Amino acid sequence: MSSNYAFRKFKNRLFFFLCLFCVVVAIVPLLSILYEVILRGAPQLSLKFLTANALQGGIGPAIQGTLIMIGLTSVIGIPVGILSGVYLAEFGNNKYASALRTVHNVLTEFPSIVVGITAFSIVVVGIIGTYSPLAGAVALSFILIPIVARTTEESLKLVPDSIREASLALGVHRWRTILSVVLPTARSGLITGTLLAVARIAGETAPLLFTILGNSYFFQGFNQPMDALPIRIFLDSRQPSVEVQAQGWSAALVLILIVLSLSISVRLASRGRFTR
Amino acid sequence: MKDSKANGGNPAKNVHNEQPVFAGKIQSIGLNAWFGTKQALKDINLSVKANSVTAVIGPSGCGKSTLIRCFNRMHELVPGSKMSGQILLDGKNIYDDDIDPVLIRRRVGMVFQKPNPFPTMSIYDNVAAGLKLTGMKKETNLGEIVKQSLERATLWDEVKDDLKKPGTSISGGQQQRLCIARAIALEPEVILMDEPCSALDPIATARIEELIVSLKRDYTVVIVTHNMQQAARVSDLTTFLYLGELIEYGHTKDIFENPKSELTEKYLTGAFG
Repeated sequence: MSSNYAFRKFKNRLFFFLCLFCVVVAIVPLLSILYEVILRGAPQLSLKFLTANALQGGIGPAIQGTLIMIGLTSVIGIPVGILSGVYLAEFGNNKYASALRTVHNVLTEFPSIVVGITAFSIVVVGIIGTYSPLAGAVALSFILIPIVARTTEESLKLVPDSIREASLALGVHRWRTILSVVLPTARSGLITGTLLAVARIAGETAPLLFTILGNSYFFQGFNQPMDALPIRIFLDSRQPSVEVQAQGWSAALVLILIVLSLSISVRLASRGRFTR
Repeated sequence: MKDSKANGGNPAKNVHNEQPVFAGKIQSIGLNAWFGTKQALKDINLSVKANSVTAVIGPSGCGKSTLIRCFNRMHELVPGSKMSGQILLDGKNIYDDDIDPVLIRRRVGMVFQKPNPFPTMSIYDNVAAGLKLTGMKKETNLGEIVKQSLERATLWDEVKDDLKKPGTSISGGQQQRLCIARAIALEPEVILMDEPCSALDPIATARIEELIVSLKRDYTVVIVTHNMQQAARVSDLTTFLYLGELIEYGHTKDIFENPKSELTEKYLTGAFG
């Protein structure tokens, strides 16, 4: 009896330490990356480095380009993704919705370089004719939309039906119920999903190489190549010069900081009146 | 007195559906309802008297909730649901093709089993929600309507200083009265209540029951309950449903003191249910 108890106690501790071990395994690479990026990237940071163009040894155009990419992609992708998720969650009991779900699943697992080549051949070669920020935004939207749609569907499903019924029973139309009752109730889930998707596309490199190419100068128009931080990091890392490589590290640090501050500020700004 | 015609030739011996002699505020004629292939209601003929409280009693799964959800066309929102027959509201079939269910639901309000205030809205906004979301005239004095509705639901004194607080921050009984205020704010003609006290403690229940009795001055109330004492306390008329069939309907006093159907008597004495 007592030996059995001791064994059970031992199993309990063993399981706890296994969990702890896995946490450490997961967190060590993360921390070491952050440590390395800060260590190598921080020393070069200066106002001049952040604002000068690439020929003057700065990453101003890359920062500007990344912000433009995030903005454009959000404008195109977030409404499409959220509406698509609303359709799946609220009207998704039919074969069209299951087809759409399958498409989203496939798109989520698509290698991003394939998305880049697709956008290149359709938008860059076919429609616009040159490298363009618009082509980049289209490519990134392909990546963003399925993530936003899926997280939207999941968070809307968490809204209890009793809330929908309460609204419908007041004689409120379906669309108004979704807009004014269901979406606000699912707000925090929507924001988390959208932020994850934006963070994901902010770091995408392959699609941008095919669509905006990279540029040493600041934004020059929608029919011109543009720079972005992931492209800058990729190109700098392939240079022999130690100095340029260091700039790449700094660009990486800046990219991490941009994503981080974006996520923090959106969370602060959109904090619900009632935290549940 | 048996009314075999009202039962569509149903051979059930125990059916005593005396249709009282008044023009009903709501009337169901030959109402059948299904969930998928399961028939939840069988040929229900019922006339609900205006400015009275009608209780619908019966064991779980007998179709009580389905019945009142047919009265405001909420039944059809359940995937796979079907219905046939007519529901007349002031003599007009609410299932006619030219009728928008949205407009019916404004005239026939509903209070649910579990209090369900909108979690993202304040107490004030919860009461105002019906008017705000269905579109209201510019000259509408929203503040006044909110105050009157909360007063009518006997909640005003308890929340008047906390109108900005979330609707979910008050107690369960208060939330249910908030939901009643939310329904009242639209000035419906009928209020349907689907076991409104089943999630509440006895004190909160007593307050809601008082409120229900006072509501019949202005509204027609239909309340589903499986608490027979509650039906006896609040209702003027009672209808007993069993396995989707209307077994007996009449004045509450008669049903409880002198049930005509053996089934009703057995249910009321606790032989089953």
